Amino acid sequence: MGSLGTVSPQAMQFAEPLPLQSGASIGDYTLMYETYGTLNADRSNAVLICHALNASHHVAGHYAGDPRSAGWWDNMVGPGKPVDTDRFFVIGINNLGSCFGSTGPMHTNPATGKPYGAAFPVVTVEDWVAAQARLADRLGIERFAAVMGGSLGGMQALAWSIMFPDRLRHCIVIASTPKLSAQNIAFNDVARQAILTDPDYRGGDFYEHAVVPKNGLKVARMVGHITYLSNDDMAEKFGRKLRNAAEGNDYKFGFGIDFEIESYLRYQGDKFSEYFDANTYLLITKALDYFDPARAHGGSLDKALAGTRAQYLIASFTTDWRFSPERSREIVQSLLANRRKVTYAEIDAPHGHDAFLLEDARYMNIVRAYYERVWEECATGIAAVAAREAA
Amino acid sequence: MKFEDLSTLRPDLAFIAHWVNKGAHVLDVGCGDGAMLRYLERGMGCTGYGVEIADDKVLESTRRGINVIQHDMEQGLDLFGDNAFDMVLCLSSLQMMQHVEARLRDIVRVGKEAIVSFPNFAYWPHRVSLLKGRMPLSRSLPYQWFDTPNVRYATIHDFKDLAEKCGLEVLEYVALAEGKPVSFLPNLRGSLAVFRLRKKDLVVA
Repeated sequence: MGSLGTVSPQAMQFAEPLPLQSGASIGDYTLMYETYGTLNADRSNAVLICHALNASHHVAGHYAGDPRSAGWWDNMVGPGKPVDTDRFFVIGINNLGSCFGSTGPMHTNPATGKPYGAAFPVVTVEDWVAAQARLADRLGIERFAAVMGGSLGGMQALAWSIMFPDRLRHCIVIASTPKLSAQNIAFNDVARQAILTDPDYRGGDFYEHAVVPKNGLKVARMVGHITYLSNDDMAEKFGRKLRNAAEGNDYKFGFGIDFEIESYLRYQGDKFSEYFDANTYLLITKALDYFDPARAHGGSLDKALAGTRAQYLIASFTTDWRFSPERSREIVQSLLANRRKVTYAEIDAPHGHDAFLLEDARYMNIVRAYYERVWEECATGIAAVAAREAA
Repeated sequence: MKFEDLSTLRPDLAFIAHWVNKGAHVLDVGCGDGAMLRYLERGMGCTGYGVEIADDKVLESTRRGINVIQHDMEQGLDLFGDNAFDMVLCLSSLQMMQHVEARLRDIVRVGKEAIVSFPNFAYWPHRVSLLKGRMPLSRSLPYQWFDTPNVRYATIHDFKDLAEKCGLEVLEYVALAEGKPVSFLPNLRGSLAVFRLRKKDLVVA
């Protein structure tokens, strides 16, 4: 399997204001995106990849001069990979409110000439999908062969199938959920509180004070990270191993780092706080909390999915306790109640929620097999176009 | 896949396919590699889903282009609504269930009709083995007693009683040997028992 090699991001500007679910709207915004592969003549081979919490439009390949800048789903997307860019025209897109180039809280608010900061409107999964649909319009893609995402990306894919039933043939939802549980929201709020109570947060307008609420972001990431791993995986990697093996392997009887897991989480937290934006973290976790397509239908997911037309691949991981298989099964159950075409894979992988980003043969094989089907339909369409042209 | 192919590959499946109505909405519990459902969809205009627990079978079914739900039938069929299917197939997998009666009741709940097959323990070579004091080993029961996925053994007569107890009317049953129906002394001469069942109008509690 090859890699995509060097890729480069593109920006698309939108002048027309986008109405948001909150009632606010945002005008003059930019969406960052990347594309891989070639759009075919009948425009039937486009695949949209929606990103999860801390990812972006940079799905696969790497940037010029930086071979270590591999995209976040480089194992999934590329030539000969499960989402084969020799066949499909793949689009990675960065959502509004992000800190990776699309218009977000650190960008200048045209109304004030200062960074948006706390004034950046709250965005929802549905708002993101509406924005993505505008980008698809501009690219001339009427209907996607597939819209795909994991975790928060899976929610976007699901929302696509509800909001634009005729604009996607397949909907691929991995390690996701139809709505967050109280426990999920609780973890998110602990993360948000860590940021909101950091003295450097300055009510969200920290940019003008030239400070960053690093500690808050670090703690937020540490909490999040724990929920992405499985207990078994953590036990196997870290157990109760001590950090100071060289110094006699004794407890320090203090509040510094004793255990390997502490060291690991703090390191991950520090790294995260250096590249991620605090306001973006707040926005994205709220978008997660608010997602609940059944809410508009009196809590009935069956009704929420009644108007869908896509075919679905739903996949979950047995050790994922953040969005456990039960949550995916809720989606499956409602799709079955609506007699939708759905395939459900429950993958027995040890890595918890993060498994959706990792290499696991059973997982990769099922996605590959499913995309064979997606491709078969594209190829049938291509053959029909060729026949039409020949006639 | 054409019917002839199915017939060559899996004679028992080819026989069973005759009992499924055209265009039926089908649930194939323990769908294996999906060959049956693929045939019913392509050859007979049926729709439906397979249910399968094994990773490799889920993958094969997906490759065949059928919709498969990875699920342990032992956990029940709560994913599916009441009377959701015209036909439920449960072919050569019920004998692997701990709670056969509960699973059969699940089948009655989700489907209007059902086809259930299982290895017939009363098949004469099995009887001969037992007479010789040994557990049977045959093409329909190919596993050693200590290493078998089959945890329940039944004969045609036994299953008939249970099906009726679970609210199913036995419309037809046959015993197959090498995929062909055996009409004379079926419980003795058939290695695979196949029942065609319909939900009774009044379900007996």
